[in-house]
Amino acid sequence: MTFNIIVLAKQVPDTRNVGKDAMKADGTVNRAALPAIFNPEDLNALEQALAIKDQFPGSRITVLTMGPGRAADILREGMFRGADDGVLLTDRAFAGADTLATSYALSMAVRKIGDFDLIISGRQAIDGDTAQVGPQVAEKLGIPQVTYAEAVEEINADKIRVKRRLENGVEIVECPLPTVITVNGSARACRPRNAKLLQKYKHAKTVTERQAENIDYIDIYDMRPYLNLTEWSVADVNADVVQCGLSGSPTKVKKIENVVFQAKESKRLSGSDEEIDELMRELIQNHTIG
Amino acid sequence: MNNIFVYLEIDEGTVADVSLELLTKGRSLANQLGCKLEAIAAGGKLDTVGKQVFPYGVDALHVFNDERLSPYTTLPHTSILVNLFKEEKPQICLMGATIIGRDLGPRVSSALGSGLTADCTSLEIGNHEDKKAGKTYENLLYQIRPAFGGNIVAWIINPDCRPQMATVREGVMKKEILDPEYKGELVEHDVKDYVKDEDFVITILDRHIEKSKVNIKNSPIIVSGGYGVGSKENFQLLYDLANVLGAEVGASRAAVDAGFAEHERQVGQTGVTVRPKVYIACGISGQIQHIAGMQDSSLIISINNDPNAPINTIADYVITGEIEKVIPKMIKYYKKNSK
Ligand SMILES: Cc1cc2nc3c(=O)[nH]c(=O)nc-3n(C[C@H](O)[C@H](O)[C@H](O)COP(=O)(O)OP(=O)(O)OC[C@H]3O[C@@H](n4cnc5c(N)ncnc54)[C@H](O)[C@@H]3O)c2cc1C
Ligand SMILES: Nc1ncnc2c1ncn2[C@@H]1O[C@H](COP(=O)(O)O)[C@@H](O)[C@H]1O
Repeated sequence: MTFNIIVLAKQVPDTRNVGKDAMKADGTVNRAALPAIFNPEDLNALEQALAIKDQFPGSRITVLTMGPGRAADILREGMFRGADDGVLLTDRAFAGADTLATSYALSMAVRKIGDFDLIISGRQAIDGDTAQVGPQVAEKLGIPQVTYAEAVEEINADKIRVKRRLENGVEIVECPLPTVITVNGSARACRPRNAKLLQKYKHAKTVTERQAENIDYIDIYDMRPYLNLTEWSVADVNADVVQCGLSGSPTKVKKIENVVFQAKESKRLSGSDEEIDELMRELIQNHTIG
Repeated sequence: MNNIFVYLEIDEGTVADVSLELLTKGRSLANQLGCKLEAIAAGGKLDTVGKQVFPYGVDALHVFNDERLSPYTTLPHTSILVNLFKEEKPQICLMGATIIGRDLGPRVSSALGSGLTADCTSLEIGNHEDKKAGKTYENLLYQIRPAFGGNIVAWIINPDCRPQMATVREGVMKKEILDPEYKGELVEHDVKDYVKDEDFVITILDRHIEKSKVNIKNSPIIVSGGYGVGSKENFQLLYDLANVLGAEVGASRAAVDAGFAEHERQVGQTGVTVRPKVYIACGISGQIQHIAGMQDSSLIISINNDPNAPINTIADYVITGEIEKVIPKMIKYYKKNSK
């Protein structure tokens, strides 16, 4: 038994480490100051796929990402950790997509890949924290979903058993295949890069990257077809351009604001016995506490 | 037609707080828009739901009574909302930014091709002028939420698609009974007109729910600790103070990540939103994401050894000192003065 698994992964700015220089004077984000990383929960998603492949050798993992040309980095990153293949969905017409337009584009790419048993995505991407794309892809493909997954407990030819996180507990569910699973950050962390795979795939490139770099040993891409990363445009996946990018996005950003908090005039105390005594007396007397 | 709909999260017949909070918000939006507020209940044991929600100003409660609908699974609840919305054409749909709401919302929005904004911290009605298209939109829902890890606030609108959908976390909106005698209409639906048998594809094999012991959201006084508290052992000081004050203990994310406190105690953008009478921040620097969850506290006391900690700017009392020294004094002088 083997499985064809598609992992949805996004390249995101590392919003967890936003320093002072990451915000421009006008309050907008200086994306250039933030390193681009593999969305953390998408690594948890990849690990779930790799574990299935460990158990069922011969299973195939394809990492699918939509983004600008440099997002090919995360396809390579996925392959260094054990994915078999990478697809970059890139086109000017995808720019400005909200989650609905993103899920439309991804679902069209999934249709083009065609033969799959399971789609695994991260729960949410840290640039938007929306957790919408996984379920929206599932809906577009007309298949079920299991969100907030922590572990795939068992998988066979027609169904999968998954442990999922709830606000205050866990749930074990069984779901027929094919399905979409979105993986929570509390799931097992992803294994590190494998040195052998790093050697094998470090020259894996999309056609655009190959052309841009003028590589003279270009024939290695004919000899080693696994080094060719698939790159698809809107037309390649037969997508309707109106449903992609900005025009396919029902949500629009009206404006962006800086976060400002109302500063108060505060009373400053030193922490001496007298001052704390006074403070507690005051708070008790005006019925704030007690 | 074109009313505001709130999806009710129901556990064992009890409507979740987050849904009641959204009803209060939904009621005020409905008043502004001059439309009705409607609610959707799907599950088994729904007999008392009407009694629970009408006082919040619900004009119509749509009931889908079927044991198979609880516990929640994705597809049947999606079908109910999608098919009901095709008939009712709501202008706004609100749901909790809970595990259920974040599972259901995107599914429904994808099926209807409508926009959805997750984790809104504020919802307002306003107009929008699209200069490029030379068009003015009236009475849109401004869906306001933090973005980029909380460093900016984005105002999102859906000019053309309906319903305008948004999720909101528990505690962000205030729940308020409008009128205990408020009269709304009960609309019972035949579940099989909305849900196909094939929608019940997911089997829940096991469910393990721990009743949460911590309830910081409803505590009038919160003693909250940050990374500056230094250790799990030192957190005991906060519990001691909380004990004498009748307070709950909260924490910053850094304190939770360091293992000083349980996750349920986390206050902030990715934790609980609180607005107690008194918030005592101990060893908390006051990053944007923390302040987002406690800035509406009536009185804020900061204890920090750094006189320039950002939290001090929003505090009413700033005590500059080590928590190890200050907290025992607070306990001592509270006891002395409350005698
Ligand atoms: C997307 C995102 C979401 C987030 N969500 C949340 C959230 O929900 N809640 C949250 O809290 N954070 C959240 N954070 C993290 C937030 O940015 C901060 O990292 C965090 O709040 C810092 O916690 P802290 O103030 O306890 O720690 P620190 O920033 O390390 O501050 C420690 C403070 O303790 C003081 N101190 C040290 N020793 C002592 C002593 N002995 N006595 C008195 N004072 C002392 C120091 O002066 C300092 O001010 C989020 C971040 C991101 C990117
Ligand atoms: N552009 C994208 N390319 C590939 N996968 C994506 C993309 N955007 C979102 N996803 C997937 O959907 C999940 C949820 O994203 P979001 O709804 O943006 O929080 C992510 O963790 C990814 O697995």
